[in-house]
Order: sequence, then structure tokens, then C-alpha cells
Amino acid sequence: MPSAEGVEQILAHIPALRRYARLLAGDAAGADDLVQDTLERACVKWSLWKPGTALRAWLMTLMHNLYMNRVRSQGRDDDHDILDESCGPSHEPLALAPDLMDLERALARLSPPLRTVLLLVSAEEYTYAEAAEILQIPIGTVMSRLHRAREAVRLSMSGAADAGAPAPLHLVKR
Amino acid sequence: MTEIDVPAGDDELHAFVDGQLDATRVAAMLRYLQQHPEAAVRAAHWHAQRMALRRLHRAAEPGTTPGALIETVMRRRRSRWNPWTQAAAAVLLTVMGAAGMQAWQQTSHAPATLAAAAPQFVQDATVAYTVFAPEVRHPVEVTAQEEAHLVQWLSHRLGRTLAAPDLQGQGFHLLGGRLLPGEPVQGTTTAAIDAAARAQFMYEDAHGRRVTLYVAVFPPGVASRETAFRSVKSANSTAFYWVDDGCGYALNGDVPASQLQHLASAVYDQLFPK
Repeated sequence: MPSAEGVEQILAHIPALRRYARLLAGDAAGADDLVQDTLERACVKWSLWKPGTALRAWLMTLMHNLYMNRVRSQGRDDDHDILDESCGPSHEPLALAPDLMDLERALARLSPPLRTVLLLVSAEEYTYAEAAEILQIPIGTVMSRLHRAREAVRLSMSGAADAGAPAPLHLVKR
Repeated sequence: MTEIDVPAGDDELHAFVDGQLDATRVAAMLRYLQQHPEAAVRAAHWHAQRMALRRLHRAAEPGTTPGALIETVMRRRRSRWNPWTQAAAAVLLTVMGAAGMQAWQQTSHAPATLAAAAPQFVQDATVAYTVFAPEVRHPVEVTAQEEAHLVQWLSHRLGRTLAAPDLQGQGFHLLGGRLLPGEPVQGTTTAAIDAAARAQFMYEDAHGRRVTLYVAVFPPGVASRETAFRSVKSANSTAFYWVDDGCGYALNGDVPASQLQHLASAVYDQLFPK
């Protein structure tokens, strides 16, 4: 169980966890469910946290494991099911500028393993080594997932630009 | 000649985009990008994508932290803790010198004794400060523009006429306030929910530093003994607290203890004019 000081430290990370979960899960309610499960697990497993190490990264690891369990238990390992679910009624887009809306949609289309790597490295600005530690995967896997995620988003965004009537940018496609 | 400078591949291109490329490789990478426009275009795309993701991340403002999430952590702590472990952990709290403390210090208790005695409402106030003071867009539920409504509402919920002290003279203006859940009261039934309501008023100075005044109304019979000003220091804030007339007051802030003490005195003088 966390001490009073531990509780205070965990609570201080809640806003950041919610922000990350919002992009990971795609909707606010799903995000807060994920944060709640993460907090509960953090309290139960508190003795496993090594004081002096980054608490946020440890909480991210817990959240990531819970998220992947959830995805697996829903039997939605297939990218297209994830796509269907993310674009379904439970998906509540943020109020965003048009270019960010395309990006949010592209992000929702990524499979969870690719999305987590992309978010940890780009949005949360973790180093590759830190991301590998959080996700408990080899750094080479981080790099290959990052590459696949970025290329998928790039192609998806250029596709979105092509679909819009006047494409102001000529994007290089292969 | 260019082949010598060819980077290892996509990994280094990503590292360049993410600012994680080894400094000794940056010059070679720049030369490589000059000579390979298609790689430069790809790196530019990835860079734009990274910037956009960071904007998206900022836009995913989660709003006020729901009380249920805070309760998840608080409940765990409370349910599994007996008073003795709580007292042991409270030793971590550092007792600080304060105006009304000389009398206590003369009684020569071990510091741990007083720290352990830091009441539950002060711990709750400290947690509430930690959670809400860093909020950028939703630090309060009701803003100072509706001060009369705020004070009336909180007074109604706590069952006691409250006031938001004016700290303009000390350089802090009222941002607003919020209603918070407190400890359920033992031995009561349904009325416990209202009895446990707490109020938090938040103030900010010109530097954006925030202090909160947390008010707990104790039910009749449960009222703590009156205490002089006391203070505890925790990881993120200092708290001055006192109990008076059946209410507990805690002033939390990440400001020097002397300044916080000054503010606490101003609050006390306004709430309990002589």
C-alpha cells in the first residue's frame, strides 16, 4: 500500500495519465476506466515500485499492460476491428483543427502496439530506451514499430489529403 | 564518397527526427539528407507528424480530475491502513516551526508524535492541493466571478456560514473554489455524506503561485480540540492548519513557509476578528 507520500505522488501524475490514455483509448470514458484500473493496480503493486526510479514510467507500464489485456480480451487484435471500433459511436473526437482531426483518425487506425510506441516517443517524448523499458520489449522492436507507425500515419494522412477535393500539397507517394 | 556518409538506415533517420541522434552523427546526417532528397522529404514528414502529435497531445486536455479517480487511490490507502502504520508513515512529514508552536516544543514530545497527529483533514487538504493546484484550465469548479454564489453554495453544503478571505493585500487574488468529499463520519448513516463535505478556496499571486484554503466542518461531538497554528511539510507543499469553533482549516501552498504563515495569519484575522 502506498504511504501518504506515495499517494500524493501518484495523484500528481493523474492529469498526465489521463491525457495519454485519452489518445490511447480514443474516448474519454474508456480513458478514465483505463486510468482507474491503472491506479488500482498501482496501489496493489505499490511494493514493487522501486523508490528513486521514475514513477510516471512505472505507471505507464502498468497502464500499457492493462490496455493490451483489454484489447486482447476483446478479441480485437485485428487492425480492422480496432478501426471499426474506434470509428464507432463510442469514439468521441476532440474539438480539433482539421489537420489534427485527420491525425487523430490516423492514430485510431493504428494497431495498439504501433500506437503506443508512436505516442510514447512523439507525444510523451520518451527516449527509445525508456519506451522499450515501459513496453518491456527490445529496443529494436521499438524502432521497427515506430517506423511502421510513422509510415502508416504518413500514408494515411496523404490519403486523406488526396481525398479532400483540392489537395494543396503534392505529397510523395510510393 | 557519399557512401561513406550513408547513415545506418531508418533508425538513424528516426533518431534525427526525435532529437536522439548521437551528436557525432548529426553532421553526416545533414550531408546525407542534402544528397538524398527523398529521405529528406520523409524526415520532414515524420518531423511534421511529431509536431502535430505533440499539438494533439496538448489538445487532449482531460479537464478536471474526477473525484472517483482520486477516491480510488485514497480508498486504498485508508482501507488497508491501521492507525499505527499511518503514524509510522507520518514520521515522513517534517514538523516545521510556526507561530503557535513554541508552546508545543516546550512539551518536549518527539517530533514524530506531532507529525503523527497531523489530522486526517490536513492530509486530505494536502492531497486536494496536489491534485488541483497544478490544473491549468480547471483549477476551480466555481470561479471568483461568482464569488457570492460560490460562498453560498459551499456554506449550504458544509452546513456552516463560510467566507472566502480577501488576500489581495498579501498579493493573492481569489480564483474560486470547489466542493470536495471528506472522511465519511463514523456512526452515522445516510447523513454522513453531507457531513463529510469539504470546501477548497484557491488563490493565485502575480507569479502564478497558488495557495488553497481547505475547510472541514466537524459534526457536533466529533469536534477536535482547538489547536494553535501548526504546520507540516510534505513532498509538494507546506500546510498551516488550525482547528477553531468546530472547523478545521488548512492553508496549503508551495511558497516559503514564512510567507504561508503570514497568509495564514491574515486568513485567521479575517475569519476570527478580535
